[in-house]
This record gives sequence, C-alpha cells and structure tokens, in this order.
Amino acid sequence: MTRTRRRRLMLVGGLFVGLAAATALALTAFSENILYFYQPSEIVGGQAPTHTRFRIGGLVETGSVERNNDDLLVRFTLADCEASVPVQFRGTLPDLFREGQGIVAYGQLNESGQFVADEVLAKHDENYMSPDVAEAMKDASGTSCMPSNMQAQR
Amino acid sequence: MVETHYASTQFTIYLQRNGVGVLAKSAFMLWLHRFGSLPYFYRVSRPIALALAVPGVLLAAYGVYGGLVNAPVDYQQGDAFRILYIHVPSAWLSLFGYTSMAIAGAVALVWRLKLAEIFVVAAAPVGASFTFLALVTGSIWGKPMWGTWWVWDARLTSELILLFLYLGVIALHNAIESPRSAARACALLSVVGVINVPIIHFSVEWWNTLHQGPTVTRFGRPAMEMAMLWPLLCAALGFTLMFGWLTLWNMRVQLLRRERRSRWVKKVFSDA
Repeated sequence: MTRTRRRRLMLVGGLFVGLAAATALALTAFSENILYFYQPSEIVGGQAPTHTRFRIGGLVETGSVERNNDDLLVRFTLADCEASVPVQFRGTLPDLFREGQGIVAYGQLNESGQFVADEVLAKHDENYMSPDVAEAMKDASGTSCMPSNMQAQR
Repeated sequence: MVETHYASTQFTIYLQRNGVGVLAKSAFMLWLHRFGSLPYFYRVSRPIALALAVPGVLLAAYGVYGGLVNAPVDYQQGDAFRILYIHVPSAWLSLFGYTSMAIAGAVALVWRLKLAEIFVVAAAPVGASFTFLALVTGSIWGKPMWGTWWVWDARLTSELILLFLYLGVIALHNAIESPRSAARACALLSVVGVINVPIIHFSVEWWNTLHQGPTVTRFGRPAMEMAMLWPLLCAALGFTLMFGWLTLWNMRVQLLRRERRSRWVKKVFSDA
C-alpha cells in the first residue's frame, strides 16, 4: 500500500469513525424524543408529560373493554407488567384491536388520571403463524404479561 | 487485445517493482488488474448479469407465489400479512444496497478504482427503487393493521432518510459535470450515509416504535412458522440476485457513458 493510499484510508476511516461517534452521541442525547410511546408504568411513575399530548403503548387488559351502546365511546385499560392506565376513546378502532393486543394511543391525561385518546393504533408483533399453530402454542405455554414487541431495551 | 496488453504491462511493472518473490501476491494483483480493466469487465459482466438474472427472477417468482398463495394465513392478521413477501425483501435490499455502495465508495476513495466508482453510481437507482417499494408496501400494510398509513416512529423515519440518501447520491451524480468528481462526491456521501443503516436495523430495539421487532434475524425461538418463512427466504435471495443483475447491467450502461470517447467503446460499437 502506497503512502497516499494509506493516508486516504486513514482519512476515510477517521471521517467515518468521527461521524459515527457524533451520531451516537446525538441519538443518546435525544433518546427521549425518539421514543414513540410511553409505557403505563412510566406514566404511573410520573415520567410522562402531564400537560402536553403524548402516546401511550401497552396491552389492552383482558376483560377491560367497555363499549357504550348509543355512541362510539370505548373505555379500556392499557397495561404493562407493572401498571395500568385507564383510557377512553371515541372513534373507530383498527382491525387488530382486541383484548390482549398491543395498542398505541395518542392523547392527553385528564385531571382524574384517565388517558383521553383521539387516535388508537394497533401494534402487531413479530410473530407470524397459522391459526392452528397459534392454538397449539396457547395450550403449551401461558402468555406472558408483555409480549417482547412492547418492551424497548434501554 | 487492448486489455491483455494492459494487464501484461501492469504485470511487468509489478514484477519490476517487487521482484519474483511475491509471485503469489502478484497473481492476485494480476487478476485484480485484469478485472479492473474496463473492456474486460464490459465483456464478462454480460454473462455474469444473465447468470444472476435467470435464477433471481425464478427464485423471486417462486417465493412471492409461495407467499401469496401457498403459505397459511396468519392467526391475527389473516391474509394481509402476505404483503411482507414483497416488503421484507425490499427492505432488506434497501439496507444491503446502501451498505455495498458504502464499501465500494470507500474503495473508490482510497484506491481510486474506476469500477468501484461506477458501482456506487449504478447501484443508487436500484437501491432507491427497493427503498421506495419497502416504504410503499409498508404503508399499504400499515393502513389495515395499524390503522394509519404513516407514523413518525424511529423505524419509518430512518428508512425515509435512507430514501433521501439514495436520492442525494443520484442528484449529486447528475449535478456535477466532471464524471470523476461526481463519482467521488457520490462515494463520499455513501460512506457518510451508511451510519444510517445500523440505526434503521436496530431502531426497533433501541426505541419504542410502532413497527414490530425483527422476525427473521432474531435468535432463539423462531418467530415465524417454517411454511411461512421458507417462501420469504426464497424471495429475499431472489430479490438479492435481481439486485446484482440490475446493478451490474446499470454499471455497463454507466461505463459506456463514461468511456464513450475511448477507443475500446468505439470498437465495441463499430463491431456490433
């Protein structure tokens, strides 16, 4: 390798390493802002903003869904392993909305600690299987309190 | 033959510089120089491209058909999950394409290898197309499953940035008149932009995102049934071969365009 090539290699490598370090620092600094949603335990723990709109992500607790007969109001609780937050929403829900399903809701906490959502999105997980396999797996093992797709590693 | 002459001259110079003791190394260098010779590349790239195209198209067709028709329905998403047989291979190639461009870009910057410069320029529109396809199919999937066409979560946003990086490489190439400086600028942008690739890949693990986590590259319990996974792997391999084919073909086009004033290109067309 000639001297000019070695110099260029150092230059390109140095540029790359420098930029990678800068990006890593910037992403770590802004990490909170890149989070798409807060989890129920974070909201109960007071980490979520109280006066602005934000997103909450969790599982729809089994047996918690209540619908009104005369309008589109739906109440349910979103939970993770440690805490749960009551949510109310008026509107049409996505196809995948069901009990036990991962949901991301966008809205604001009201005075009584209820989360008033004006948008509800379903979050599907990384598991794909046919209905009979899903049925077989249900017999084999109980479901965990939180599927892996709702837990960000931090 | 021009290229044989070029190669043998290179070889002689090499031996004069380094002596016979490094013959094994110089045999490799000879091959490298020979492959780096543009007329030689132009000649051999045609059968190589065709050898990639035929199995690529067949495998992709087999995988997509197997996914769209034969694979079982998903227990939660029903038939809508089948769009992943287009979405996942496209997304994989959007990352693979940019990474390969960055490697070629680094080679082009350090060793000034013309073919590496041409690769960066030629792969950009192919990679951009796959990125666009991944974004569009993801959006079509998102509407029924999530309930929205688009969200600004870390995965979707970083993938959109990748599309802009591809478009940036294409625009840079078109904006700079001198082919050498244009290629060098494109190479630099490829190397710089590749930082986005691991961010895209790990975004679903580092942050809470609406996009689900990795299925295929996950360790431990397989997150996908074999009957569903098999067509997906075929489609991914087929798409990858097609990427090689299209990029190689575009390299030939770029090469002719760039060397249009050289003797060997004129000879190619006078013979034809």
